[in-house]
Amino acid sequence: MTLTYYLVLAAILFTIGAVGVLVRRNAIVVFMCVELMLNSVNLTLVTFARATGTIDGQIMAFFVMVVAAAEVVVGLAIIMSIYRTRRSASVDDANLLKY
Amino acid sequence: MDVLPAEGLLAASWLLIALPLAGAAVLLLGGRRTDRWGHLLGTATVVAAFLLALLCTFQLAGLDERSVDVDLFTFISTGELDVRAGLLYDPLSAVFVLLITGVGSLIHIYSIGYMAHDPARRRFFAYLNLFVAAMLLLVLGNSFVALYVGWEGVGLASYLLIAFWYTRPAAATAAKKAFIMNRVGDVGLALAIFLMFAQLGTTSFEGVFGTVGTLAGGTITALGLLLLLGACGKSGQFPLQAWLPDAMEGPTPVSALIHAATMVTAGVYLIARSAPIYDLTETARTVVMAVGALTLLIGAIAGCAYDDIKKVLAYSTVSQIGYMFLAVGLGPVGYVAGLAHLLAHGFFKAGLFLGAGSVMHAMNDQVDMRRFGGLWRKLPVTFGTFGLGYLALIGFPFLSGYFTKDAIIEATFDRDDWLGWTFGGIAVLAAGLTAFYMTRLMLMTFFGRARWEDGVHPHESPSVMTVPMVVLAVGSVFSGALLVSIFPLSDWLEPVFGEPEEAAHVIAPATIGIALTVIMLLGVLAAWLFVGRREVPVTAPVRVSPVTRAARNALYADTVNESLFMRPGQWLTRALVWVDNRGVDGAVNGLAATLGGSSSRLGRAQTGFVRTYALGMLGGAVLVAGALLAVTAG
Repeated sequence: MTLTYYLVLAAILFTIGAVGVLVRRNAIVVFMCVELMLNSVNLTLVTFARATGTIDGQIMAFFVMVVAAAEVVVGLAIIMSIYRTRRSASVDDANLLKY
Repeated sequence: MDVLPAEGLLAASWLLIALPLAGAAVLLLGGRRTDRWGHLLGTATVVAAFLLALLCTFQLAGLDERSVDVDLFTFISTGELDVRAGLLYDPLSAVFVLLITGVGSLIHIYSIGYMAHDPARRRFFAYLNLFVAAMLLLVLGNSFVALYVGWEGVGLASYLLIAFWYTRPAAATAAKKAFIMNRVGDVGLALAIFLMFAQLGTTSFEGVFGTVGTLAGGTITALGLLLLLGACGKSGQFPLQAWLPDAMEGPTPVSALIHAATMVTAGVYLIARSAPIYDLTETARTVVMAVGALTLLIGAIAGCAYDDIKKVLAYSTVSQIGYMFLAVGLGPVGYVAGLAHLLAHGFFKAGLFLGAGSVMHAMNDQVDMRRFGGLWRKLPVTFGTFGLGYLALIGFPFLSGYFTKDAIIEATFDRDDWLGWTFGGIAVLAAGLTAFYMTRLMLMTFFGRARWEDGVHPHESPSVMTVPMVVLAVGSVFSGALLVSIFPLSDWLEPVFGEPEEAAHVIAPATIGIALTVIMLLGVLAAWLFVGRREVPVTAPVRVSPVTRAARNALYADTVNESLFMRPGQWLTRALVWVDNRGVDGAVNGLAATLGGSSSRLGRAQTGFVRTYALGMLGGAVLVAGALLAVTAG
């Protein structure tokens, strides 16, 4: 079995996610891109776990999923409250915390 | 000089200091409650001290050695320094104690009348008592440290009393000037004491005088010169003479007690007490003589030009103390002459100041002699006592100044070298000037047409003021003959200064006596020619010769002090303030401003845009990953 395909796919997914976080303004889309990056990392972890025949990577992937689920809950709640006060879901509008 | 332990009444001689000190404490701490009887208590303590001093001196006279040490307690004991507080009651200190308490008592009594209308009379008596206590400690202390404590004490009392009317800016300034100029001298005295301790390990008179001979000649000369600096500060001698005339801003009894009879003679006491040091250093003695000769001339010249009655008397004091310095600078032959003049001067100058106070009292505190005139008819007692003091001061034959000043001038000529002839000549010239300025003062004050301001009605002072003046006038008349011939001071002081040696006279005493009388009469005649026979203008003439102008400015002593010390001091202060503001403050404030500015500039990086932060995090992560790769690959 060759790791290359999996790793290249994971790299592509991570890059899409990272670029999406940097260029998109919609908070929901940014959020989904973060998820995409997390899942690309999960893919890498699972790939290496399979390749080495150990389960450490898989356990790590489960942890990431749990953290991601919790993060989604908190993140969506923040986005909702921002939307309620500003009538916008653009991340650039939430810029009060500065110098 | 053998010193006996104290017995009997002498063992209680510490009471001499304690009595006035207690008086001062009660009056100062008691506050307004003591207002009603404060002046009586203040006078009583000093009179009691005088009576005790008389008894102590009688007991002392009966002893074989006539020198008694009263050991009191350990004052300072630290490491090698062990200073015992104790008193030395010997003929020299006895003479001073009698002068201080005697003249002090008379002036306290006089002050009861003089200060009767002053609301702060109690404070005045408290300070006077403090002064008497400090002055007695100065002359009774048995070590240089004890002397120094008294020395500073009289400086403090002098400051407080000059500034007694502290709401008057002139008085406050004069007090500060006196204090600062005294400080210059005190530094010299303090350094001398440090030098004694460093070189000899002791500061007691007995220890220092016993071992001073083991020191190198240069060290002894340095000691002598430092002590002289201290003496110059306290006694208003050149170059520190300028504070004394200004000190006349204080009440007149203060001028009489502190700035004529007692405190300003402390310098003479210091040099006479340090005789064993000066005996070993010809150089320091010559400097003492030079200072005395220069000062007596400066004082006499300045005294001729002033119109302020108290300032004329003050310059006269400066000049007369110059005579005493000249005498003690002569060495063994001069100590007794200087001290005799000191005692006689204590009588007649205190009397003259009290007389001046009485005149001021009569003339609504006017001090300008141009506004006096013709007062002899209105103030007969003041005129009589003042006149006797005046005759004693100018050296009228067979009054006290005649004997004591003659002795000094005689001893100066007896040196029979160019120094003796120069200084003797100066002293003779100044004797003529003394006659001139004192006659001028007499003529302007008591004779001629009345030039009083409107609404002034002169009246004789109450008897509480005139009686002390009469007593002092009697002293002025007889003290000289008493001290020189009838009850010779030289015999009494023999335990301190040794057997008086028979002087080889260069000029016969009779010749000097006649010559001085002639010069004195010339001075009186000159005063009559310049002042007495014409009308005295009410305002001082403006168009005068440069000599008169220089004399009116006291030979520019203040100008020299101001341009040499005060202005450079002010410049230095200003420069330091500038360095502090711009340099030190600038560095601190600049650092704070730089930090604040750069942090606010760094804060600009916090834009608030989430995506900027995200880019930063990504960049950071890439950097870390790259670095890890580079490390592992390498």
